[in-house]
Amino acid sequence: MPKKIENVGCPYCGVCCDDLVVTVSDDGRHVLEVENACAIGNEIFHHASGDNRIKLPRLRQPDGTYKDISYDEAVDYAAKVLVKAKKPLIYGFGSTNCEGMAAAAKVAEKAGAVLDNCASICHGSSFLAIFDNGYPSCTLGETKNRADVIVYWGSNPAHAHPRHMSRYSIFPRGFFTGKGHKGRKIIVIDPRYTDTARVADIYVQVKQGQDYDLFNAFRTVIHGEDIPDEVAGVKKEQILEVADILKKARFGTIFYGMGLCHSDGRNHNVDIAISMTRDLNDFTKWTIMAMRGHYNIAGPGVVWAWTTGYPYCIDMSKKDHAYMNPGETSSIDLAMRDEVDAFFNIGTDAGAHFPIEAVKHLKKHPWITIDPNICMASEIADLHIPVGIVGVEVPGIVYRMDNVPIQYRQVLNPPEGVISDEELFERIHQRICEIEAEEGITQTGAAAADTQKSIVGE
Amino acid sequence: MVDKLTLNMITQRSIEEGVAMEKGKTTQEYFEACSIIEMNEEDIRKLGLLPNQLVKVTSECGSVIVKAIKGRQTVYPGLGHIPQGVWANQIVPPRTQATGEPQYSGFPATVESARGERRKSALECVQGAVGLWRSD
Repeated sequence: MPKKIENVGCPYCGVCCDDLVVTVSDDGRHVLEVENACAIGNEIFHHASGDNRIKLPRLRQPDGTYKDISYDEAVDYAAKVLVKAKKPLIYGFGSTNCEGMAAAAKVAEKAGAVLDNCASICHGSSFLAIFDNGYPSCTLGETKNRADVIVYWGSNPAHAHPRHMSRYSIFPRGFFTGKGHKGRKIIVIDPRYTDTARVADIYVQVKQGQDYDLFNAFRTVIHGEDIPDEVAGVKKEQILEVADILKKARFGTIFYGMGLCHSDGRNHNVDIAISMTRDLNDFTKWTIMAMRGHYNIAGPGVVWAWTTGYPYCIDMSKKDHAYMNPGETSSIDLAMRDEVDAFFNIGTDAGAHFPIEAVKHLKKHPWITIDPNICMASEIADLHIPVGIVGVEVPGIVYRMDNVPIQYRQVLNPPEGVISDEELFERIHQRICEIEAEEGITQTGAAAADTQKSIVGE
Repeated sequence: MVDKLTLNMITQRSIEEGVAMEKGKTTQEYFEACSIIEMNEEDIRKLGLLPNQLVKVTSECGSVIVKAIKGRQTVYPGLGHIPQGVWANQIVPPRTQATGEPQYSGFPATVESARGERRKSALECVQGAVGLWRSD
C-alpha cells in the first residue's frame, strides 16, 4: 500500500514550503507522487529515487578514473587530508541540515580550518550591511497577513523562489489582507523585464549596477527634497509615483536578491536599502528581507553564529580563536590568493558555481566533495563521498529565509549503506582524534587548543 | 552591422536551470538551459546573427561559446544575460570588491559570431579547466 506523507518540507529554496504531500511506494524506496511542490522541488523528490544514485565513496585513481571505496576508507582519507593541511577550507552547506552544520563546525575547529558557506558568494554582502546598519525585518507570516505593498528589488522569485509569491507575498489572503492580490500593490525593480515583473502593478527598469543611485533618489524624495529628471535610467515622475505608494502603505516589505549583492556596490546596495526601509518607518511600517537561496542557507548563519560567534568566512586556523574578515577569509579570495591547501565541498557545487579561475586554484590541492549527487564538484574531486538527501532521506532542522526554524522530515530510506552528513562529520572528527593520538601530535597550536576552552560550543 | 559588440553581462538563476540542475548537471536539459545568452533584439541584429546562432563571449578572464537567443525575460540594448551555471562561470571575473562575492553581475564582455565552433558540455568545460577532461 503506498503511503501518503503530509506536511513535508521542500529541500530546494529559502521559502521552505512545508505543505508538500509526498506519496511513497510501500517499500519506502520510491517517490510516486509529489503534491504542492514547484517544478524544481518536484524534481528533487523524483530524482532521489532514480537509479543513478552513487552508493559508495569514490576515490580518484592515478589514471583519472574513480574507484569505489568503503566509508571507513573515505573517512580515513578525509581525516588525513585535514590533519596534513595547514589551512583547509570547508565550504558549502546550502543543502544540508543544521545538525550536519554543527558537526562540520566541530571538525573545522579540530582541523584548524576555514569554515565558510554559500552565503559567501550569495548574501554575504547582506551580512556585512546588516552588521553595519541593522535589519528591520519580519517573518514571512507577517508579510502574508499584513503587507499591502510588496517590492521585489533585484530578485526574480518567479524563477528562483517559485512559490514565494503565492504563499507569502502577492496572492495569499491573510488576516488583514483578505482581498489577496487585489488588495496589494506590487512593485518590481529590475534591469530585466522578468517573469516576476509581468505580475507587477509597477515595473521600474533600473540600469544595471545603478541601484545605489536609485535608492538614493527614493530616499531624497521621501525626505521631501528634489531630484534630477532621470536617475539610473528611471524618470523622475515614476520615482515620485513609487515613493508616494511606499509612504502611503499600511505595511510593506522589500524583498531583495542577487541584483543588489552581485552588482557593483555589493554590501553598500543592501546598506542603503536598509536605510531606505528605516526612513520609510518615519511614515508607516516597512520591513526588508533577503531572498535567501537554498532551503537552509540561513542555517549556517544561525548555527555558526552561536557556536563560533560568526555566520560565515570563519577562520579557525589558529585553533584557539575564530576570526572573520570577508575579502580576506572568504572562499573565493582565499582561493584566488592560493591561501588554502585542501578543499572540502559540501552540499553545494563549487565546480559549477565558482568562477572557473577560483576552481582552478582550489584544484591544485586535495579536493573532497560530499554530496548525494553527481555534480561538477564531484566530477573533479579527488574523493567523492555520497550522503543521504536532507529533506528526502534525512530529517533535520532547517532555517527558512526569515530565520524561522522548521523540522524537515524523512520520506524515503536512503540507499543502503549511505550515511548522513552529520554521521560522516562525526566519524571524520573521531578519526582525526585517533590519528592525532596515534601520531602523538604535539604542535603548539594543537596542544594549546586542548587546554583552551573550545571555540565551537557544544 | 558590427563584428563585435561589448555588452554589460549579468548572470542570474532561471527556473529552467533550477529544474535541470536537480535532474543532473550532466543532462541535456542542463546543457540547453544554461549554455545560452539572452540578448536584446537590437543587439542581435547589430551583430547580423541568425536566430539561435552560436556566439563567442569573452570577458577579462576567458571566453565561452553559447547560443544567442532573445529570451522571454527581455534585457535592454547593451545588457546580456547568461543563466547562472557552468557556462556563465567560464567568464565571471573572480574579483570580489573585498566582500567575498565574485562579479557575477555587471562585467564587460564582447560578443561575436562563433562560426565553426561548438558549445562544450558542462563536464568538458569544468574538467577541461582542471586537466581532467578526456574526450569520449
